[in-house]
Amino acid sequence: MDALADGGKLPRAFFAPASSSFTEFLANYRPDLLPGKRLEATQGMTVDAPHGTTIVAVTHASGVVMAGDRRATMGNIIAQRDMEKVFQADEYSCVGIAGSAGIAIELVRLFQVELEHYEKIEGTTLSLDGKANRLALLIRNNLPMAMQGLAVVPLFAGYDTDSTEPTGAGRIFSYDVTGGRYEEHSFHSVGSGSVFARGALKKLYRDGFSPDDAILACIHALYDAADDDSATGGPDLTRRIFPVVANVTADGFTKLDESQVAEVTQRVVDERMTNPGGPLAPLRGSNS
Amino acid sequence: MTMPFGYVSPEQLMKDRADYARKGIARGRSVLVLTYADGILFVAENPSSALHKVSEIYDRIAFAAVGKYNEFENLRQAGVRIADLRGYSYDRIDVTGRMLANTYAQVLGTIFTTEPKPYEVEITIAEVGENADGDQLYRLTYDGSVADEQGFVAMGGNAEAITGKMQQGHHEGMALGDGLKLAVASLASAEGEQRTIPPEQLEVAVLDRTRPRRKFRRFTDAQVAQLLA
Repeated sequence: MDALADGGKLPRAFFAPASSSFTEFLANYRPDLLPGKRLEATQGMTVDAPHGTTIVAVTHASGVVMAGDRRATMGNIIAQRDMEKVFQADEYSCVGIAGSAGIAIELVRLFQVELEHYEKIEGTTLSLDGKANRLALLIRNNLPMAMQGLAVVPLFAGYDTDSTEPTGAGRIFSYDVTGGRYEEHSFHSVGSGSVFARGALKKLYRDGFSPDDAILACIHALYDAADDDSATGGPDLTRRIFPVVANVTADGFTKLDESQVAEVTQRVVDERMTNPGGPLAPLRGSNS
Repeated sequence: MTMPFGYVSPEQLMKDRADYARKGIARGRSVLVLTYADGILFVAENPSSALHKVSEIYDRIAFAAVGKYNEFENLRQAGVRIADLRGYSYDRIDVTGRMLANTYAQVLGTIFTTEPKPYEVEITIAEVGENADGDQLYRLTYDGSVADEQGFVAMGGNAEAITGKMQQGHHEGMALGDGLKLAVASLASAEGEQRTIPPEQLEVAVLDRTRPRRKFRRFTDAQVAQLLA
């Protein structure tokens, strides 16, 4: 770990002129610290480790909201009840993770350093597309681990500061295990409960949502995911464990206070007492 | 005893190198680093808004330099890499100004004695603490000497004159605006007569302990003008 091992000289890697990427620096100087380089000796073996589950993201008139449940599972066991799976990536973006929790958290840490490192070396921030592409590269590097069952599937969302108008500045990107990057419109969800969450969002989403509407839609979608997917945790009213909700707007990233989320969640739960299926969507469109 | 042709005594060699570095540093405009009520203030006379003399290294740590741009930019980038590597492999709290100052001292010392030419730079590593007692200013010179300074550091061509002026006005717990006014007045009076330095010619930044995680913040020309008014 001693950077000065070579008689008071810093290794050349520290003075490399053209690299503003922390990942490239690590790959040169300390490749052992890269998340994907750890388990090469265990080819052909699968590992049982905690998995994170459902993340949802919904765009609104002034940005984008992302929310995640708190459960991590290991097979049929609940590994953790209060895990946080939605993280701030930088000032204007956030990332949520589904899949192998240990590797996902390390990937997020690397991604956060990667963005901040670029910002400090270059004196300017990456574009939102640039950030999304960097995350794709990190996911692609994890492919050997994914083949052993340790896949990480993130959801990336941010406020595009290059956008000319605030509506449409909230953008969502999804990924596959090979590092494929896909821009999603309006809303998206990843993880084991994502099918149910996405079904719910399809009926709940409206263009021009206010941030509060988007938050409410996210909580409803997570409730529906937990309703039908055993790996997704519903709101835990006895232990007061509620989803993590982040909002990214022109003013930057904010994580909602637990009391704020608790209030919205309580409202959703109360509503479901009389109508377990949640809000009803009109069966026939207004013009039929 | 006869000396071989072309012999230079080690004393003379080191003195020549030091003179060379000092001359290079004296050519540039000065930079001031000073403590104020909420943290540490950086003021540089710098007409460029893109090539910085002051920049962020890590959450609580910033870097200020005078001298040759390519040389201190090299050191700055290495510092960012050292800090990010340590923060990533241990924890963010484990990145300290003292560790960086030590590394820079070693690197500058080695370059001074082994490279064909010494770096013509002087740098300050500043770390903001939870309260004023925790604020640290490390001043590093071209030969790797490191000093732990109290209150303020003036670097560059007219450092002595500026230090004299600062000593009269600087005290602990200064307000941001007062600190900036004093710093600008000190920079402006350095060359004998009193000049006025327009805000566009100033690079101003702070390490503000009241901010969340990343304490470093730059001021725009408009904000500087407002603070000076």
